[in-house]
Amino acid sequence: MYEFLTNLIGNEVLAWIIIAALPLFVVILPYALVAIWLERKVSAHMQDRLGPMITGWHGWLQSFADVLKLLQKEDLVPAEADKKLFNIAPALVFTASYAAFAVIPFSSGFIGSGAEIGIFFILAVSSFAVAGILMGGWASNNKYSLIGAMRAVAQIISYEIPTALVVLSMVMITGTLSLEKISAMQTGYFWNWFIFGGPEWGLTKFLLIPFMLVGFLILYMSTLAEVNRTPFDIPEAESELVGGYHTEYSGMKFAMFFLAEYANMFAVSAIVSIIFFGGYQSPVGYLGDLFGVSWLIPFEQLFWFVAKGLFFVFVQMWLRWTLPRLRVDQLMNLCWKYLIPYSIANLIIIGLISLI
Amino acid sequence: MSGLKQYFKDSWEGIWTVLVGMKITFKHLFVPNVTIQYPSVRVPMPERVRNRLYVNMDDCIGCDQCSRACPVSCISIDTVKSLPSEDLGVTSNGKKKALWVTKFDIDFAKCCYCQLCVFPCPTECIYMTDVYEFSEYERGKLLYNFSTLTPEQAAEKKANLEKFNAEKEALKAAAAAEAAAKPKIEKPQDKTE
Repeated sequence: MYEFLTNLIGNEVLAWIIIAALPLFVVILPYALVAIWLERKVSAHMQDRLGPMITGWHGWLQSFADVLKLLQKEDLVPAEADKKLFNIAPALVFTASYAAFAVIPFSSGFIGSGAEIGIFFILAVSSFAVAGILMGGWASNNKYSLIGAMRAVAQIISYEIPTALVVLSMVMITGTLSLEKISAMQTGYFWNWFIFGGPEWGLTKFLLIPFMLVGFLILYMSTLAEVNRTPFDIPEAESELVGGYHTEYSGMKFAMFFLAEYANMFAVSAIVSIIFFGGYQSPVGYLGDLFGVSWLIPFEQLFWFVAKGLFFVFVQMWLRWTLPRLRVDQLMNLCWKYLIPYSIANLIIIGLISLI
Repeated sequence: MSGLKQYFKDSWEGIWTVLVGMKITFKHLFVPNVTIQYPSVRVPMPERVRNRLYVNMDDCIGCDQCSRACPVSCISIDTVKSLPSEDLGVTSNGKKKALWVTKFDIDFAKCCYCQLCVFPCPTECIYMTDVYEFSEYERGKLLYNFSTLTPEQAAEKKANLEKFNAEKEALKAAAAAEAAAKPKIEKPQDKTE
């Protein structure tokens, strides 16, 4: 991709800028608009309502209308707020969620950076968002914002441990931190995905399946908590904290928090699908192979990747409209008493199995 | 050991109950909506619903009974007698109209929609409709004028009546004067006769 653009434009810097901006404009923005619409429709239909119906076919233009509204809104900064930090915070939160997209392999032909430490990089930058959230909550000079921000920090830092432990167990099996290589390993059909024990046939594959399932559940739950979605949305608990850490934000700064939340949702869904569900690999083989048109394969891979990502985003929405919010102590209870012991046991068992 | 057993049981229950909940919400994803698209689709109103009043001025005889029945005094009526030369016609149930209704105002900001004004009406010209969307940005706009006469016409009717009354008074006065004058002349004649 990079080489192709460098050859096309003939300027390395320009090519890098385009590569860096491409995920934002090609993937994140349209995805966020669709996801916000989808969230509203899913929530509405799960509650036997219809949701937005006026703007366009079944209200599909509603997100565009909302963005236009947010653009026109006054950009309020509270008088007693710390103005510098208040203005930096949304940019920081969005940067953190955007940076994660740099190493995500969308298809074999489109990877922002095929870094060797991809998954490690994602874990690092996603905890970077904590700084932005705390900054926003603190600078707002509002008790609700501060409580929300503190809860967010406690939650995200706690849930990073089970995430990291599950990722560690997967790194033990694959022997690499590169998301590109992890995706490439699971090529072929769906039984080569790591949720079904990985590509190597043998006793270990079948021994691994139950522990992979446990690992998947732990990873899915803890990443859900890391992006502050229901049932783990205590940092922005509407009924308790008004809006949590973004209570004081309005206009485009609020939109940036919103965009970051939806971008994060896709990022963690992408990580789950890369680690356990083959990433961009097709479950049933490629049309490009069937008809001998090799240029079609990257596009098919993009389709499968986006489909898997959107499926997990849908499951996140599904869970949101199924479960009530946890209490703070229940949240910590789940993390420290259940997820961490299970993930440690899982790590040890997977380590033992991979020794066989 | 029982503690560990309970621990695994709790873990399993946590996952299982979430799955049960997800099954329920997934079913509801395909349940037809129970809501309606309000401004374009409306629930039909029940037959005896009480909403905005309407006055059919063709039938109003200006008897003021609705105004007196009103517990919040939101109806105000002014009437002017018609002249003998004017024929106002009859109401649909055959009552003869004798008054010009120069003012028939209902203040829906005050109205409590109790329907008490509807029952005393002898001609059934005031009644409840099924219109319920008539909110306004200014309270003054909720004052509805039902009178069919324009202010000029009302003033004209009033002037006509005053003129007629004045003429009548003048005639009466003249008659009285005549009556007063006549006996003075006739009485001595009587006495003389």
